[in-house]
Amino acid sequence: MLKYTIKRVLLMVPTLFGAACLVFFLLRLIPGDVCELRMSGEGGFVDNEAIAVCQEELGLNDPKIVQFGEFIYGFMVFDLGQSMWTGKAITHEINLRFQLSIQIAIMATFISVIIAIPLGTISAIRQDTWLDYVVRTFSIAGIAIPSFWLGIMIILGLLISTQAWLGEPWMPPIEYVSPFVDPVGNMVQLIWPAIATGYRYSAVATRMTRSALLEVLREDYIRTARAKGLFEKIIINRHALKNSMLPVVTVIGIEFAFLMGGLVVTEQVFNLNGVGKLFVESVQNHDFNMTQALVMLVALIFVVTNFVVDIFYAWLDPRIRYS
Amino acid sequence: MKPRNKLAIALGAGAAFALVAASPAMAVKRGGVLNIVVGSKIPSYDGHRETTFGMIHPIRPFYSLLIRVNPDNPQSTSDFQCDVCENWKVSDGGKTYTFKLRENVKFHDGTPMTADDIVATYHKLIFPPKGVASSRKAFYGMVDKVEKTGKHEMVFKLKYATGGFIPALATPFNFVYSKKDLDTHGYAWHQKNINGTGAFTFVQHQPGAFVEGKRYANYHLMGKDGKAKPYLDGYKAISAPKMAVRLQAIRGDRAQIEFRAFPPKARDDLKKALGDKITVQESDWNCVMGFSSNQKLKKFQDVRIRQALTLAMDRWGGSKYLSKIAIVKTVGGMVFPNHKLAASKAELQKMIGYSSDLKGSQAKAKKLLADAGVSGMKVELLNRAVDQPYKVVGTWMLGQWKKIGLVPNQIVLPTGPWYAKFRKKKDQETMIDFNCQGVVNPLIDASKWQSSDIATNNRGNYIDRTMDKWYDQMNRTGDPAEARAIMRKYEQRGLDEKAHFAVNFWWYKINPHRSYVKGWNIAPSHYLNQSLDQVWLDK
Amino acid sequence: MATVDVSADGGIEELREKKSFGQKTVEMIKKQPLGTVGFLVVIAMIVMAVGANYLTPYDPEENDFANMLIAPGWEFLLGTDQFGRDIMTRLIYGARTALFVGFVASFVGATIGLVLGVMSAYFGGTFDLIFQRVMDVFMAFPLIIMALAIVSIFGPSTQNVIIAITIPFIPRCARVVRSNALAIREIPYVDAARALGYSHARIILRHMAPNVMAPFLIMITAFVGQAILLEASLSYLGLGVQEPTAAWGLMLQGGAEEYIESEPWIAIFPGIAISLAVFGFNLFGDSVRDVLDPRLRTQ
Repeated sequence: MLKYTIKRVLLMVPTLFGAACLVFFLLRLIPGDVCELRMSGEGGFVDNEAIAVCQEELGLNDPKIVQFGEFIYGFMVFDLGQSMWTGKAITHEINLRFQLSIQIAIMATFISVIIAIPLGTISAIRQDTWLDYVVRTFSIAGIAIPSFWLGIMIILGLLISTQAWLGEPWMPPIEYVSPFVDPVGNMVQLIWPAIATGYRYSAVATRMTRSALLEVLREDYIRTARAKGLFEKIIINRHALKNSMLPVVTVIGIEFAFLMGGLVVTEQVFNLNGVGKLFVESVQNHDFNMTQALVMLVALIFVVTNFVVDIFYAWLDPRIRYS
Repeated sequence: MKPRNKLAIALGAGAAFALVAASPAMAVKRGGVLNIVVGSKIPSYDGHRETTFGMIHPIRPFYSLLIRVNPDNPQSTSDFQCDVCENWKVSDGGKTYTFKLRENVKFHDGTPMTADDIVATYHKLIFPPKGVASSRKAFYGMVDKVEKTGKHEMVFKLKYATGGFIPALATPFNFVYSKKDLDTHGYAWHQKNINGTGAFTFVQHQPGAFVEGKRYANYHLMGKDGKAKPYLDGYKAISAPKMAVRLQAIRGDRAQIEFRAFPPKARDDLKKALGDKITVQESDWNCVMGFSSNQKLKKFQDVRIRQALTLAMDRWGGSKYLSKIAIVKTVGGMVFPNHKLAASKAELQKMIGYSSDLKGSQAKAKKLLADAGVSGMKVELLNRAVDQPYKVVGTWMLGQWKKIGLVPNQIVLPTGPWYAKFRKKKDQETMIDFNCQGVVNPLIDASKWQSSDIATNNRGNYIDRTMDKWYDQMNRTGDPAEARAIMRKYEQRGLDEKAHFAVNFWWYKINPHRSYVKGWNIAPSHYLNQSLDQVWLDK
Repeated sequence: MATVDVSADGGIEELREKKSFGQKTVEMIKKQPLGTVGFLVVIAMIVMAVGANYLTPYDPEENDFANMLIAPGWEFLLGTDQFGRDIMTRLIYGARTALFVGFVASFVGATIGLVLGVMSAYFGGTFDLIFQRVMDVFMAFPLIIMALAIVSIFGPSTQNVIIAITIPFIPRCARVVRSNALAIREIPYVDAARALGYSHARIILRHMAPNVMAPFLIMITAFVGQAILLEASLSYLGLGVQEPTAAWGLMLQGGAEEYIESEPWIAIFPGIAISLAVFGFNLFGDSVRDVLDPRLRTQ
């Protein structure tokens, strides 16, 4: 087990290094320059001297290999540097946004699990009945409806309905407060995007639950249990569900990792100051340091999540360790 | 003394205690926190260096200027008022401006403000040391020296008299910094730190979320009720990149006002939803939407083609429709509409592309293209990936060119690559071009049409020394009539004869806000009048 | 109803009762109702995309300001947008863009994934190890950022949008294909084939590939829906297909922000179109998987 664990840990390194190389070169291929963007404002006067000063300050004139070296070194000693757009420490910039994104990710995952497991189970047990079709339609709708459209509809709906019933239009707050400071205010803002996102992600988990459960239900030991005369309910709860949870947990884990970097559009619609928004802004601003830091962060989360899942699998299924 | 300078003195002296006779006598109420939504991001806090409204809207209230546009009359292009000064005198044939400063101004950290601070600020702005960026240095080409002449008195010595100096001085980015801060902490300190003399003190900035300011008790300007301004207890500038969110925020009362602009439909929707609870302020905007062709490319060196492209534009008709769906409206030339130096409608219609005979213009365009041998040629329009008004006007322009037989195509790039294409690579064909300025200062605003080795925002890549000569003459003459005559020549050559850069429309600023926000008057630029000291909430 | 018949030469044949095409179709519909609905949606889209020129009287790209912002009615079935263009027409032409982007991206992405996944499984060893890491890197890299970068570097055109959408599909398909192909590799007949001197290419093509066809087809149908959604999201961020091309995501973006309240038809119909299309492809894909994967059939 230990050997397997060490092997998986070592394999994380090349992935991270690959991600670092990819982001480094990809960003520098994009034409444009953070200094130009800062100093050119909305197209008024352009002071070339000011731009040159800025470029020198940010080390944009250093040879690429030096920039890359600084980037890798900084990542290894956990010194992420300063944002090229604001000049402030990157950890300071990411901190607040990370809190928000993690909270949404957790809430959305929670909601998606609450929806997915019961629905997936029903759908599997009653395969090919009307119930199955309704559940599948409901869950596919979650994927099919564009999330930003859904978000806009939700907010508009809130505004219009509150105005109709209460006289004054109401919408969720547009600023974030930490749940430890003001739990109610925090929840009022974040419940909506969590629901919109959770519903979307429940679709994947529902289908996985359904197919995993279906597979398990075909197994011989289930057939034996039925032959023994056990109640169907006990079969499901005690045997089938437990054994089908493995792939479901995997899917949920992986989806959680994707949630961290992937909520860009949702954040725009609900005006959430999260990692996704920061990501898009930093790419648009050509803020190399910030984008690199964020990509590494997301890649790290992804790689670690996969690692945890792999270890979990190997622990449960010894055959994997020895392959 | 020339009449111009007499006017300047009168304005300067009288501006110190400008009592507003025009506004209705309404008792101001104190208290409350104003929530603003801002669509852009803050780079650093240093006004001398930054150029975006994303910085001005949240940070401006922390600082003061030497002189500023009169917040009660910001639509006027000549009404400038003292902020930290008491008055100013012009002498020496318009070459010396002496400023007497107020003696009761204190920085937020307690340091009293003296002439040293103003001199240090303007040295940083106009004569920055090597390695320090000052983005609007070029506005002050006329300044020779900035000197202290007393504890609360200082003087600007100009190389030549010009009407462009006072408006340039009122630039909202000219934050007054403390000499002590610059000496102790260096020239980069203000990028991440705030210590000003403005109506509000800095409370906090949550990155990407909001900037919060609190009322400064020792502000130097008095309110209408005899006590020190500001009237608000504080303000919060909340970040909201999507327009739909900003609109919803005002509707749901999460924010009361937005200082850039909303498109016409947004205004209509808000009005329909909230009726009287929404007040709408509108004005022309000191931004121009036009297009220029890259004269580095052989085909655009033929003036007939450039002329044909601008002849195809149905400006008067387009204005009618586009003003319903985009933030543009007024048809104009090089100068801000209705400014003294601007062309009258009759003068405009003499230039190509401004005629009310659309069919005639289109026929002429087709003929010019045929003469040049390029009927039905492809046109590639480089545009910026921003909806309002760029993409909307771009789509309209494509339709106009189709009508004279051209085959147009739009290339839309995000802002970074867009800048890179015409600044570094310079290989664009025709591009949507614009010219956004702060204080309305047509003499300086028209600098764009000079040769590209002089004007850094000239994207047409051409050399035209006649334009350069006329620009200089315009700026150095003290006689407004002469300036106007030269401006007409300059405009005619730039828009018609040489068709260097075509102006389609002037932008139109629409600011709907909650009616209980009072005291803020719309300015012709989203950079102006953002000090918030005169704003109060009627609740 | 099957009858067993012992024929003259001793072999056993199953003689099935011949069913007519119609009866077979009805049977299929009863077994996979959702899939049928999905299939109909897909067919409808294909018809719209191919026959766009004949189905609509208006030009999808021509500005007609005199008719701007008209509500749905007899003249303009689904209303007009802010440039006076007929929404119905743009929806139909938009199907063309959506299908083009969707099919190309998913087909190319899945195919490349298939080839790489099979090769990786077959050759194994270091190649496999390196290949897996590379796939991991691309999966760890946030999709939107990759799309942003590609569009920023190469410019926002339909072609570049397709490239941007194709890239994330490759590692996902490769992974699935690889795990299926791995199962095949262990079977002794591959070793036997090598011993017999068959070339790598022949073994891969004739033995491994057919066995991964099922997941491959399933992935393609899944990807089409995802591609359509991705295009819509990219358009919402301003990175997708550009004006004046008719594309659903672009229509949604243009209408959603400003006109959602007073002229809701501009945003609602493209939203419905996208949802229906993705819905249809997903239902269809689900049924394809159910049919092809014997483990999931009803007992």
